Amino acid sequence: MKDVSFGQYYPVESPVHRLDPRVKLLASVVYIVSMFFIRKFTGFAVTAVFLTAAILCSRVPLGKVLRSVRAVLFLVVFTVIMSVLFYSTKTEQPLWAWRFIRIYKKGLINAARMGLRLIFLVLGPALLTLTTTPVELTDGLESLLKPLALMHLPVHELAIIMSIALRLIPTLTEETEKIMNAQKARCADFDTGNIFKRAKALLPILIPLFVSSFRRADELADAMDSRCYRGAKGRTRMKVLKLHARDFVAAFVMLALLFAVLLLRYNWFGWAFIGVLV
Amino acid sequence: MIEIKNVQYIYNAGGDDTKEALRDVSLTVQDGEFVALCGHNGSGKSTLAKLMNGLIEPTRGTVTVDGLVTSDKKNLFDIRKTVGVVFQNPDNQMVASVIEDDVAFGPENLGLPPAQIEERVQWALASVGMQEHRKGTPFRLSGGQKQRIAIAGVLAIKPRVMVLDESTAMLDPVGREEVLEVVTRLNREEGMTVIMITHFMEEAALADRIVVLNRGMVAGEGGKEIFADRALIENAGLELPLSARVAADLRERGLALDGNVTLPEELINALCR
Amino acid sequence: MPIKITDLEYVYGAGTPFAKHALKNINLTIEDGEFWGVIGHTGSGKSTLFSHLNALTRIQRGTIEIDEFKMVGNGGKKLKRKNRPDFKALRARVGMVFQYPEYQLFAETVAEDVAFGAKNVGIKGEELDGRVRAAIQTVGLDYNEVKDRSPFDLSGGQKRRVALAGVLAMHPKILVLDEPTAGLDPRGKKEILDLILRVKKELCHTVIMISHNMDEVARYCDKIAVMADGELKLTSTPAELFTQTDLLQSLHIEMPAVTALACELNARGCNVSRAVLTEEQLVQEILRAKGVAT
Repeated sequence: MKDVSFGQYYPVESPVHRLDPRVKLLASVVYIVSMFFIRKFTGFAVTAVFLTAAILCSRVPLGKVLRSVRAVLFLVVFTVIMSVLFYSTKTEQPLWAWRFIRIYKKGLINAARMGLRLIFLVLGPALLTLTTTPVELTDGLESLLKPLALMHLPVHELAIIMSIALRLIPTLTEETEKIMNAQKARCADFDTGNIFKRAKALLPILIPLFVSSFRRADELADAMDSRCYRGAKGRTRMKVLKLHARDFVAAFVMLALLFAVLLLRYNWFGWAFIGVLV
Repeated sequence: MIEIKNVQYIYNAGGDDTKEALRDVSLTVQDGEFVALCGHNGSGKSTLAKLMNGLIEPTRGTVTVDGLVTSDKKNLFDIRKTVGVVFQNPDNQMVASVIEDDVAFGPENLGLPPAQIEERVQWALASVGMQEHRKGTPFRLSGGQKQRIAIAGVLAIKPRVMVLDESTAMLDPVGREEVLEVVTRLNREEGMTVIMITHFMEEAALADRIVVLNRGMVAGEGGKEIFADRALIENAGLELPLSARVAADLRERGLALDGNVTLPEELINALCR
Repeated sequence: MPIKITDLEYVYGAGTPFAKHALKNINLTIEDGEFWGVIGHTGSGKSTLFSHLNALTRIQRGTIEIDEFKMVGNGGKKLKRKNRPDFKALRARVGMVFQYPEYQLFAETVAEDVAFGAKNVGIKGEELDGRVRAAIQTVGLDYNEVKDRSPFDLSGGQKRRVALAGVLAMHPKILVLDEPTAGLDPRGKKEILDLILRVKKELCHTVIMISHNMDEVARYCDKIAVMADGELKLTSTPAELFTQTDLLQSLHIEMPAVTALACELNARGCNVSRAVLTEEQLVQEILRAKGVAT
């Protein structure tokens, strides 16, 4: 119920699930970067093939991954419409014109490219969060950011804050529900009236939630202290992240995608061909 | 050994909303003992729990654990390795979303090598009978199960003393039973010193020694014979265990009963001979 | 008028792999003036059942009638207007008191907090003040002493009373209490239970109390409903239910400690009736068995 909708981790066993979270995180970064290099539709085709293969490997239903686009659908539609409407060029006759609106072929292509790029940008990280638990993500981030700790950045503290936040989300969701019920039972009305009235109606929920969150925070701090917590000092971890052969394979595949995208973008085939001829 | 000497504790000392939680408490707990600390809500019993592992410092007086004073910050790490505390609300003492990660938190703070942490997590979860939930999340568990996880989290540090600060108060009877069973076994079989803070007198009757707190003072202490003093218990806002209550009523109405009656078994023996 | 629940069904998370049949074919009538105890383990469906009574849980299948209010399930979809009573009026009629007062106290002063519910149903001015004063006095607090205090500065027991007063100020006729004594010390428990008895006598004709404490239920309630696995296993009176050892065992219900003690004495040859529900009865029985005149 509550913890189901939370996070979007999809709990199945798969080679993608088993990958080291650091590799998945870095792969996501490489993936995002490569999306910005794509200009031709063949680039998107290559990405689509790659992504489909990864999704099949992950055993997450395709629909589940595609659904993550829903969250940004409005943004995609908005961007596409705007870039169609506001594209202008002098080198081409408009396909269609009405009053001040001119629609060009290049504009349509450009808009399609932007739309596809946005969609692919969402799909990659969606696969990451679907196949990686929040805990693994936090551990992976902490490990990747470790070099920054040498520069006295509070990497450990950030990681522990993140993991506690993740831990508390389901608890607080449940608590919010209880508080809402308690106030509804006293005939509180959250759904009618203008925006100011509605905002005011939230106070009876927010105040008990705040009071209780502060108490929780206090008690959690006591419990952590009692369990010998001293920050990062002298702390070791039970689960040490270790790279396996599969992680290197995944990294290689990821770099291959980046390389393919770059090839298509800069037409390295052409240059290489010339190079060979020379 | 924990020694509490003439301890006073004032919340917000020096501020305008001061509240004296403990007035003058002295108490010694020996290794291997099972002590119940009883008192009504607001009697200062939870304050006492926090004093025992240095979460707070006494306003006056001293608390020492194996000779280490809790008011010296340098001692705190060692004190907390010795004295573990299980709190009332299991939801507010879990730091991780996966059970094994939560239990590992303590030994990780001790800086143990991964293999040893692994071993301790395994052992601690087995001690509370929760090993099959190891990879699960705590959210779907019952209150009693969550509290057993919290106990495992403390056990994994391998403390010699476990303080339970009203750890059964929020549980249903089944959960309470689960927790009490684990705690009594730890005391009897592993020799763990247990200090149980509670207002359920049926629970207190499990202990070797019962300490009654009233308004920040120790009102009385002793073995189960303390339940013979009905006025002491009731003045402290508590209630005798059922069998002791019934026995006291019977005596008041003229039925002679031999010996000290606290447990159901004792009442039955006194009546059915 | 009674509360009448007919063929009530409820499924959590329908259509997901986590679907749970939380209520199965519940039929229950609660007459005016009764004090019901509801028992069952955590997750047995008892909270889900009673949160239907004031529409905190949307009815999926079945019918609930309470006085002039009638709700008919619409397969989990929002109720059609004709099947939907005025929720505010219903919630004022069926007062619901939750386990932890921390979940409802929010206002700057006790008086404001107690007034919240009544204000939401449109009570104003002098009548509102009168209701608030009366509710605070009913729960045994000194109106003049607490009215301007912050509800957050009160003790645990006082908070619970203020939370109860906030419900009473709506003048409910039916009171549903979810584990009203959880976490209280023995004295606090007794005070709250006696308070509930007084409220029942003076204000609300029907009281439904969800509880884990069999001794409380045996001592205070007229009727008992036993829930397990989403089913209403049986309804009974305490005297009937708690003397049937085998039935209790099959339902995994403990006996009240007094009854268990009486049964044990009986089994060991002491001539004590097993149908004992309160301490006073047990003491009387033992004295009778031992031939001590009272």
